[in-house]
Amino acid sequence: MSPQPAPLSAVPSRAAEATVDLAALLAQSQIGEIFDQLDRELIGLAPVKARIREIAALLLVERARAGLGLTTVAPSLHMSFTGKPGTGKTTVALRMAEILHRLGYVRKGHLVAVTRDDLVGQYIGHTAPKTKEVLKKAMGGVLFIDEAYYLYRPENERDYGQEAIEILLQVMENQREDLVVILAGYRDRMDTFFRSNPGMRSRIAHHIDFPDYTPEELFAIAELMLSHMQYALSTDARLALQEYIARRMAQPDFANARSIRNALDRARLRQASRLFEARAQPLDRQSLVTIEAEDIRKSRVFAM
Amino acid sequence: MRMTQGTFSFLPDLTDKQVRAQVEYALDRGWAVSVEHTADPHPRNVYWEMWGQPMFDLRDAAGVVQEIKACKAAFPAHFVKVNAFDSTRGWETIRLSFIVQRPAQEPAFALERQEAEGRTIRYTIGRAV
Repeated sequence: MSPQPAPLSAVPSRAAEATVDLAALLAQSQIGEIFDQLDRELIGLAPVKARIREIAALLLVERARAGLGLTTVAPSLHMSFTGKPGTGKTTVALRMAEILHRLGYVRKGHLVAVTRDDLVGQYIGHTAPKTKEVLKKAMGGVLFIDEAYYLYRPENERDYGQEAIEILLQVMENQREDLVVILAGYRDRMDTFFRSNPGMRSRIAHHIDFPDYTPEELFAIAELMLSHMQYALSTDARLALQEYIARRMAQPDFANARSIRNALDRARLRQASRLFEARAQPLDRQSLVTIEAEDIRKSRVFAM
Repeated sequence: MRMTQGTFSFLPDLTDKQVRAQVEYALDRGWAVSVEHTADPHPRNVYWEMWGQPMFDLRDAAGVVQEIKACKAAFPAHFVKVNAFDSTRGWETIRLSFIVQRPAQEPAFALERQEAEGRTIRYTIGRAV
């Protein structure tokens, strides 16, 4: 998985005193474009973006080293994403496969997303072939294990999760250049999982915590979602949405971006009802696209 | 007598790297790769034993190479071949099939003649002693 060095036009011909121009390498690769896209499409997530930048910098330096004839060693890229619900773990894992592929670290760049049931069998002898099939499918790409802590069930001695963990550990160590594994789950449960499986924790190079979004970030996410769905907020609706976010965050069971998406879906529902009531008059594009303040203020959140 | 069955059979044995490259070629085109083995390399033996299922859903050669190695290790005295099946409409056929392992001693075959009615000769291929 050591990336093949691209022809380096940045290296001058004097081999004895060769230097490399990292800026030129950066321009040559398409890494800048990847970051712009990431900034546009994922709001917030500062620690994640920081880590991706570091990995990209490592890639560039590896290319430079390869250009000067130094050995390059593929780094271990297994990751663990922890955070509350709706903070973007699965979304980033999907992106990570594509990003690592464009950075040249994984060969094919596809993502195989599994949970415990896809890895663990129901009877003796069932687990190993099941896990191996999943691993074969994921080779050359990224294996994303959601809610990884369910693999480990110490209280049930007939549970075959431990076998799946053993096979995973072996592949994560011996076939690092074939596969990247990303585990994801809630913070406290993942901590317990890692404490009981120190082998797993030591093989994970990047532990990334996904912080809760700020209200400003949630508003930006809402605007991004709406623009993708080709809706727009009226000026009053913008204020209403900001108020809604502040109130909803204070209530229990707030699931960050997922709650925002649900709220937007309900706003669309109310907009549709409102337009349906007024169906006597013809509607123009503007009315179909705009979400008004009343569509948001009808929410239960304002009644409390 | 060296069995010249399948693709590349007139060339020297493929190295591991070459086998991997061929598997990548097949997977890139979306062909399903499978591994088969047999102890009987008679030219009329079209039904070799399957090693696992055809791997429809793999994107990368690493998984296939793993299976090839496992089959070779399990049956060191058998012939092992790799097939690549193209399921696109109009083809629906094996596009690539090459031998990746031969036993140390390959059996020899010879032409057998049998005289039938009216002095016509019927031919078949049988094991040579």
